[in-house]
Amino acid sequence: MLFEDEPIAGENLPILPGHVSPGRLERVLRAGGFAVTTEIAPPDSADPVEVYERAAMFDGYVDAINATDGSGANCHMSSVGICSLLTRRGYAMVMQVSCRDRNRIAIQGDVLGASAMGVTNILCLTGDGVQSGDHPQAKPVFDLDSMSTLEMLRGMRDDGRFMSGRVITSPPRVFLGAAANPFAEPFDFRPSRLARKIMAGAQFIQTQYCFDMDVFSRYMARVRDLGLHEKVYILAGVGPLASARSAAWIRANIAGIHIPDSVIRRLRGATDQAREGVNICMDMIHQVREIEGIHGVHIMAYRQEHRVAEIVESTGILQGRTPWHPGIARRQEETRLREVG
Amino acid sequence: MYRMRLWSARHAGWLSVLYNAWENILIRLHPLFERIGYERLDKLFLSIEKPVKGFLFDSRSCGQCTLSITGMSCPMNCPKTMRNGPCGGVRPDGSCEVKPDMPCVWVVAWEGNRRMNKNEHVIEPVLPPVDSRLQGTSAWLRKVREHHGHPELNKYVI
Repeated sequence: MLFEDEPIAGENLPILPGHVSPGRLERVLRAGGFAVTTEIAPPDSADPVEVYERAAMFDGYVDAINATDGSGANCHMSSVGICSLLTRRGYAMVMQVSCRDRNRIAIQGDVLGASAMGVTNILCLTGDGVQSGDHPQAKPVFDLDSMSTLEMLRGMRDDGRFMSGRVITSPPRVFLGAAANPFAEPFDFRPSRLARKIMAGAQFIQTQYCFDMDVFSRYMARVRDLGLHEKVYILAGVGPLASARSAAWIRANIAGIHIPDSVIRRLRGATDQAREGVNICMDMIHQVREIEGIHGVHIMAYRQEHRVAEIVESTGILQGRTPWHPGIARRQEETRLREVG
Repeated sequence: MYRMRLWSARHAGWLSVLYNAWENILIRLHPLFERIGYERLDKLFLSIEKPVKGFLFDSRSCGQCTLSITGMSCPMNCPKTMRNGPCGGVRPDGSCEVKPDMPCVWVVAWEGNRRMNKNEHVIEPVLPPVDSRLQGTSAWLRKVREHHGHPELNKYVI
């Protein structure tokens, strides 16, 4: 898909009236499209080619790619680094910012740097505790939480000031996002926490993995009662499970992911469990799509990134759109050159 | 373990009434505090406030107390010191992601909040992050000074 005012690859779009960012994700969402985002697995390497290769797997299937920030408190290439590499090629990035490793000085500096490099979406997270990762000896920072990070970044963008009050000469033009987990206790707190995140500045939400439609439907009903679905774009988190064993492991070991028994039973009963995992994911997509107030999906396919294209293709969620990717840009550039020549 | 702090959250209703009465007394004593000097009184107040709140709430004396709006459950006991609600890692039994033997301070706060507000949950505004300069100062005196719009302290209020 190309916008009329499509810039040269690697440069941002103009900011439309009523928009806060020059990004593609905001444009798709505000135009009423069903957005698709995914997550890139950051390499344990300093080789940029690994990042490019991993991103290329999603070409033409996603509107933006999340770069995780030490997810699970494990050390990988930084989200700033990945965003820096991929924005240079024109990819729309969602830079994840976790409060676990950096204080307010570091986060504000990173956001200015990221925005300068062309990052247009920032997802504010509190982050996992250090004990769940590979460096449990580390000192947890948690100077801010996701909520105060949102407020801080909104202040930087809208008031053009650091948290200290000092003026920023050119504020970061970023679309602000937050996470939501409708599947964790205390359930009746969750919608009001979402309301507070919106108050703090969240404009889009990516949820935790949805495997339990009953819980999710109840949550969304409450979200609609509060009128929140009209104030924020909600992208439901989905993803393929590799097998019944891995599903059981995730449920037992990864905080915040709720997988009902019925899903594990369905996987166990299948001859090809990985295939069934994809089927479940596609079922979830079809179901969340029908829920009023859902504006897209966030596909988290850790170690199964190659399946994202198939999931998007088979579910038809893009409704015939082909999101921008460097291949399109190359074709566009060739056409442009032909016209000139 | 954590018995006392859970007890306090269960009794959040009358504890908050008691605290409000205490705060009113302190607010009236403002002229006296001014005369003696708040800086001089801080150590004295902290020597009472710290053990009392430490015993009842496992308070960390952050100096910017939120107990009266967090259902008498101290958010500084959250391993991520979250001041605006629970993270997404709360376990199915309501315990903490980081410390599995500890009930999530926000699960406790949510219940305490209900007890303090006539059985209704109240959505509070977003709280600013902790000002680490105020660690180890008296939150009681800070409240009084804020009430009287102390100009010097307003600098520190974000």
